[in-house]
Formats: sequence, C-alpha cells, structure tokens
Amino acid sequence: MSDRTYDCDLVVAGTGMAGMAAALFAARRGLSVVQAGSTGEIVFASGLFDVLGVHPMAEGRRLASPWEGMARLAADEPKHPYGVIAPSRMKDALAEFTGWLEAHGLPYRNGGDSNVRVLSPMGTVKTSWAVPSTMWAGVEALAEKKPCLLVDFEGLREYSARQIADTVGGAWPGLRTVRVEFPGTPMRPLLTGIMGQALELRVTREQLAEVIRPHLGDCACVGLPAILGIFHPGTVLAEMEAMLGVPVFEIPTLPASVPGLRLKNVFEGHIGTEGVDLMLQRKVLDVHRQDGALHVSIGQGSVERVVRARGMILATGRFLGHGLFAERDRIRETVLDLPVHQPAGRSQWHSLDLFDPAGHPVSRAGVVTDSSFRPVDEEGRVLHEDVRCVGTLLAHQDWMRQKCGVGLAVGSSAVAVDAFVAQFSAG
Amino acid sequence: MQTQVLIIGAGATGTGVARDLALRGVDCILIDQRDVNAGASGGNHGLLHSGGRYVFTDPHAAAECKAEGDILKRIAPQCIEETGGYFVAVEGDDPAYASDFPGYCAKAGVPCREVDAHEARRNEPAIAESTFAVYEVEDASVDPFKLSLENVADAGRHGGRYLRYTRVLGFDMERGRIVAARVEDMRSGREYRIVADEYVVAAGAWSGGITAMAGCHVDIVYAKGTLLVTQTRMAHRVINRLRTPGDGDILVPGGTVSVLGTTSLRVESPDDVRPTVAEVDVNINEGMGMVPSLADARFIRAYAGVRPLVRSGKPSGSDRAASRGFVLLDHEEDGVHNLVTIAGGKLTTYRLMAERAADLVCERLGVSAPCLTAVRPISPSDEAEWAEPGVLQKQNWWRNHDRDDYLLCECEIVPKSGVDSIIATFKDEAEPPRLLAIGLRSRVGKGSCQGAFCGARITAHMHDRRIIEGREGLDGLREFLGARWKGQRPILWGAQFNQAELKEALYFGLVGMELE
Repeated sequence: MSDRTYDCDLVVAGTGMAGMAAALFAARRGLSVVQAGSTGEIVFASGLFDVLGVHPMAEGRRLASPWEGMARLAADEPKHPYGVIAPSRMKDALAEFTGWLEAHGLPYRNGGDSNVRVLSPMGTVKTSWAVPSTMWAGVEALAEKKPCLLVDFEGLREYSARQIADTVGGAWPGLRTVRVEFPGTPMRPLLTGIMGQALELRVTREQLAEVIRPHLGDCACVGLPAILGIFHPGTVLAEMEAMLGVPVFEIPTLPASVPGLRLKNVFEGHIGTEGVDLMLQRKVLDVHRQDGALHVSIGQGSVERVVRARGMILATGRFLGHGLFAERDRIRETVLDLPVHQPAGRSQWHSLDLFDPAGHPVSRAGVVTDSSFRPVDEEGRVLHEDVRCVGTLLAHQDWMRQKCGVGLAVGSSAVAVDAFVAQFSAG
Repeated sequence: MQTQVLIIGAGATGTGVARDLALRGVDCILIDQRDVNAGASGGNHGLLHSGGRYVFTDPHAAAECKAEGDILKRIAPQCIEETGGYFVAVEGDDPAYASDFPGYCAKAGVPCREVDAHEARRNEPAIAESTFAVYEVEDASVDPFKLSLENVADAGRHGGRYLRYTRVLGFDMERGRIVAARVEDMRSGREYRIVADEYVVAAGAWSGGITAMAGCHVDIVYAKGTLLVTQTRMAHRVINRLRTPGDGDILVPGGTVSVLGTTSLRVESPDDVRPTVAEVDVNINEGMGMVPSLADARFIRAYAGVRPLVRSGKPSGSDRAASRGFVLLDHEEDGVHNLVTIAGGKLTTYRLMAERAADLVCERLGVSAPCLTAVRPISPSDEAEWAEPGVLQKQNWWRNHDRDDYLLCECEIVPKSGVDSIIATFKDEAEPPRLLAIGLRSRVGKGSCQGAFCGARITAHMHDRRIIEGREGLDGLREFLGARWKGQRPILWGAQFNQAELKEALYFGLVGMELE
C-alpha cells in the first residue's frame, strides 16, 4: 500500500452520468476533485436525456411538460428525489451540462418547456426531453409525419427498419424502409460502434450516400440507426444531409450504443481539462475517517492511492453499476454499507407481472437522504455530514418507468455540489 | 376434421401415443391447449431414472424404470446423456437407510455398486466432504423437450398431425360414444369439430377437466414441484441424496447446466403455477448439505411443474410416497365407449404408458399391428435439432458458415440458420410461430440474458422476413419475456439481478413496453 496521501476537496465515486455531472459541476466551482470508476459504464446510456416523461406511473401517463410534471410528482410523491430539486435548478444544471457537451462537440437539442417524442428501436414512441442534435430531425419528422425513408443494414442484428415501420403502422403512413449493405466492411454481425467509426471517414459517408440515394424517391427525410460518427457527429450529419439533400436523423439503438460511446469519449477525454483527476478502472475500496477528514482508498484490487478528502459523492448507480448489491436476503450499499430502503424480503422485491405498470417495489429501493442528499438513517438523522448520494442510487424513484434518469443524475448532482460548496466555504 | 384417434395433450405421453399409433399405421391428431411439454413433461428434472429412487417405496416402479430406461437409451440416444448417477449419504443422514439401499436395489433388479467415498469425491468434487456412503446407479439425463419434439416429428413422418394452441371446448356425445370433439384454435378463435373413432386423454394434470366434459371422472391430485437451473454444470453425474425423498435432494446435469430439485406442494389447480422465492430457498438450503457449492452458485432461472398423481383410493402418507405408477382408465366403466385416459407415471416410463394406451385403442379399432416403439429408433429430426445445446459444434459451423449466418443468440449460440430451420418446420401451419414457440424448440432465451438480446434480435429478424407484421413483434416479445420472467423472478440476486436490471433498462427505460 502506498504511503503517499493526496489531498482533495471531493472524491466522486462513479463514472456514469451522475458521477460525470457531479465531477464537472464540482470542478467548475473550484473544488479539487478525484473521480474513480470503471470505464464504459456510460455506453449503456441510450443518449436520450429524460427529465420526467411519465407521471403518474401506475396510469402510464406520458407528460407533455417535464416541468409541470415535476411539480405534480413532488406533490404526489414527496419522498421522490425530485422533491428537493427545484425545477429552476434542474433547468440551470441541464443547461450547464449540455452546454459543456456542446462545447466539446456533442450538441443536444431539447423541447424547452415540453417533452419531445422519439422513435425507439422497436418502433414505440418514447417521451424524453433532450436528444443529441443528430436525432432532432427525427423528432420533427415524427411530429409532422413527414414522408420518410428508414434505412437499415444487412448484418445489424438488433435494428430492423421494417420492425419500426410495422410497429408504428398506420400512425405514420409516409414511412418507407430499405435495407442496404453498409459500405466498406464485410463484417458480420455488424456492430454500431464499428459503423460509427467507419463513418468518421469521408469516403464511407460518400459511399453510404450513394447506396441510399437511389431509394430516396419523394422522401423528405432519412432515418438511420445511431451510427453517424463517434467523435464528430455534427460533421457527419451535416455532410450526409448535404449529400442526400434532405434532413437526416438517428434513431437510438440498444446498448452498447454509439450515443453512449460519444458521451463516454467526451467525458473521459475532457473532464481532465476541468481539473478533475480521473482514475479510470479504479474503485473506492475503503473509506475511513481520521482527524475529521475522509481517507478514501482507491485502486483496482489493491490500494493504489489514499485520498484525504473533505467530502465524497457516491454516484455508484444501482445493481448494474454495482452501487447496490442484491444478496439472497437483502440489498446492501457497496461502498459505505449505508442503510438501504428496501422491501421486506426477496418475495416482495418484484411484482409477479414483469410489465406491472406500477413497477417493481425493488426499483424504488435505494439510499434515503436529506434535502441536500446526505444519507440518513431510519429516523431521518444524517449519517455522514460529508457524504452525498446522487443519481439512481437514491431511493423512492423508478428512473426507468418514470423516464427521469438523466434529470435525476444531473439535478441531484447539482444540488449536492451546491451544498458542498456552501459547506466548504462556511467552514 | 376427421381422424381415427384424437389424442389430447402433447406432453411426453401424448406425443408418445401419437408416435406409437402412427407407427402402427393408425391415423391420429394430437392437440394441446398450449404447445409441447406445457405441463409436467416440461417441469421436471430431465432425469432418466435408474429406479434407485423407488427401490424402498415402489420396487415395481423401480423395475419398470430400469427396463424402460434401457429401451430409451437404445431408441432415442440423441435425447439422452448416459451420465450415471450417485446416491450419496452425508453427515446427518441415516446410516441404516444408506446401508439398506444396495439390498433393496438388488431385490428390485436395479444395478447398484458401492463406491468408496474418496473415489466418489475425486470423480465428483462437488459432493460434500462429509459424504460417508456412495452408491453408483445407471441414472441418465434426458432432454424432455427434445424427446417430445422427436416423437411429434416421427409421428408426422408417419401421417400423424399436431395442432398447437388447440383446446377442447366439449364433446358431442351420442349413445355412449363421443362423436366429435369441439375445439378452438386459441390464436384465431376459430371453433370447429374433430371427428374421431377413439379419443385418448393424455393431458396430465388437466385430464380430470377434459374427461369431465365427457361426463367421466378421474381423481387427480396436483403436486407442484419447483426446480432451479444453475449457470454451469456442477457435476458430471446425477447426484441423489441417499435419504427419504425430500426437498433439494437431487442435482441432474442437463447439457451445460445442472438442475436442482425438487419441492413438493399440494395445489388446488394445475393452472398458472409458478416457482416461489420460498421454494427456491428451500431447495438451495437442503441441497447445500449434499453439494455445498450450491450456496454460492449462480442460478439462471427456476421453473415449476405439476405432477398429476392419480388417487388410487388407498390412503397414503404424502404425495412423494404416492404411486409413481401409471393408470390406464377405460371409460367404458363410466358408460363412454371410445374414451381412454392415460395418466400418472413419470417421464422415464412414458413410452410404456403410450404403448398400453395404444394397445387398448388398437384393439378397439381392430388394428392388429404390433407396437414398434420399443425397437424402432427415433431418427433425429429438424423439429428437435435445436432443442439441445452445442448444436454448432456438431455441425462444424464455426469453421464453415456463411458470412450472413451470424449468431442471433450469443448466450446459447444459436445462429440465424438455426432460427430459420425452426421457422421452416412451421411451413404447413396456418399461423406463423411466435417467439415463444421458437424458444420452446431451441436454447434461445435460456442463457444468462434470459431473452433480453436474443428476443430483440429474433423479433427483428422475423419482421425482416415478414413472418410477423404490425404489432405482432411487440406482442410476441411481451409474451416471451413474460414467460421468462416467471422463472427469473424468484432467483434474482447477485449477478442475475444485474442482468435483469439491464433487461428492464432496455425494455422499460428505452422502449417503454410497460406503456404499450
């Protein structure tokens, strides 16, 4: 074990959407940040930025506006993390977050006061708030039911243009489909990441436009799976549109997705320029308190560094992210063994019906916090003055069914960082 | 629709009756309200009994198992792996029970050999250190789905017809005879009649309900059993606990996995049974005594079946002790002259059960052709080819496949050509197969992703091939994922919980299937 101890203001555990937002917000407010987590967790993201898409959940009601929805949610479910995130703070935080992404070549467009409707890879319509700019023409095309050509590719397994058109059915009569060979690679099966990389090359873009052009007919726009470049999606999109002469858009795909890969690359490539000391493929192995400070051991298997920190943000996610772990008889929090709000026993975790509109009780398990996201015990007493939990690790939310994952990650991170800034400047 | 014999129920017995009759040249139609092995035939360990389990309680059944096991190993080797089996007694088990075992085996004619406990642990390191007595028997594992699919396919080669999702609504009766069965195609809702000379009920736990429609009575009790599938194969042989039958006392290898069983719980109805958390935990906690690594094993899914036990009239202590022998009921006694019920029994003796039922039916039809199922092997069929794991290894697919024949299921290695060959076996059916039917005939959905990715890919593929259209893809996925969920729900902890969360993120977070 190393005997060198580093000092910092904040350790951020986790490199998903919430961890990245927390590290970014903290660094930009002048805090020194060490961030630890695995690489690539974020490629599981679809790329859509949901704030609040459904409420009340049990009625499956899709919200026209996430902001009005937040007010109703806070009233109906006072324990939901959104109960302590003011819509105005959420808007500012999302603007800061997407502004930073745009500054690094990943622009997003949002519905302003409204949610937007996006086609899913199975032809259902998903309610979200912001989409990568490469998907925006699809939002407009769907809203206006423009004559549209959906293109898919020989060898791309989880994406069928015909399935999308079949499922949408009569609701969008001007939808046509065509299957083409993806230029330049004999690879089978085709993976979206490889296609995205190939489209970074102009020659591939030109060939792809050649392949699509004969099928255009009177279509006013072209929809592709999300493959329009990994590092320069704006350039790829603009060129494809210029070559085809119509708006082009992406439809999200199943994970691991290109929009997720883009987020990963921007975060991992640029968070360091904000001053964040990013330790990838490392995790928090131990935390103990000494002389009033947190001593956080970070490493991969064995301890590589001990960081003396004034505070810590847990953005470790749920089960897939390993922030929570399900034993046979109970759910535990993995870093500090914080109390986890959870149903009484395993037989209560999940509903008998996978598709239960009310969701599964265990989906709302997680860490309960105070109004600045410090973990509390069953009586509501703050357990750690200098630890805050953000994102999907939090209890009393169902981000998948409420369609609130990114809002939860970004909003809770903003509030937690604000609280740390105030706390540190006070004392 | 007209035939000589209508067989109701496409489990092991019903499919066996269909093959038996078809081989004798008798025209028959086999129907099921769902699909092959929807009941007990699909909800068991896949054990080809050596007979060892029954030597104390039912030596006759034990001898039957030995004889039938030998026949099946000859006629359906593609469905059977001759693993051998151990009966093991561990610390805490009754030494007297263990030492009596070989004597009872000898009396029943069940081959049994004592094995030194150390040698046994060398051969099967999974068994407990405290093992003090081990006997080797001729247990084997059998793939019940493959077996039934082979029976259906072979019946088909000889003129038999099979109608899935076809349920009996009632019988038209005339002067003590059934003149027609009124049936419904459950997918289209179409109702029609099947006119037959003879009717055979092989509907397992549902036999009571069917025969009641003809005014006959079969007294069946329902014993629900829950089993668990591990992610890896934990032993080469079948491992039986050498003690009075109880929960978690058997671990049967099945290809690349092992199956742990079995609880026994009396239930009121055979419909909508599902494994519960409590049953799963009881199996693991009991099984750990015999195979300690079960404590930390990763379980892929659980499933439950209903054993139909025909009440014999004699009072008996428990459902486990109830006869595993079968009954052939001639409903002549109830005043119906062309209805037979074949019920009870077990997978190992399905062929004999089918033979007895077919003998009776043939006698009534005046057919003198002898039963051939004990001697004529079942040739491997396209219909059953993909039911087992590791098909691609046999085909040398890895070295020699078309570029466009990529894998649609990566957990269990099923390529596009495999899915297409299953789809092709439905070419004569009015309705195209749904995802669930493809899953039943292959390993699709049975790996660690439990259908999350393969389900999406096969659905996309079926849209591309125009086998399904409109919202049929979503409907098929919902049905398929819902069915997988029954087995997933009680084993969700550790790594499988994480997998399930990914599936939820995909189908709910992104696709929003709960809103459709």
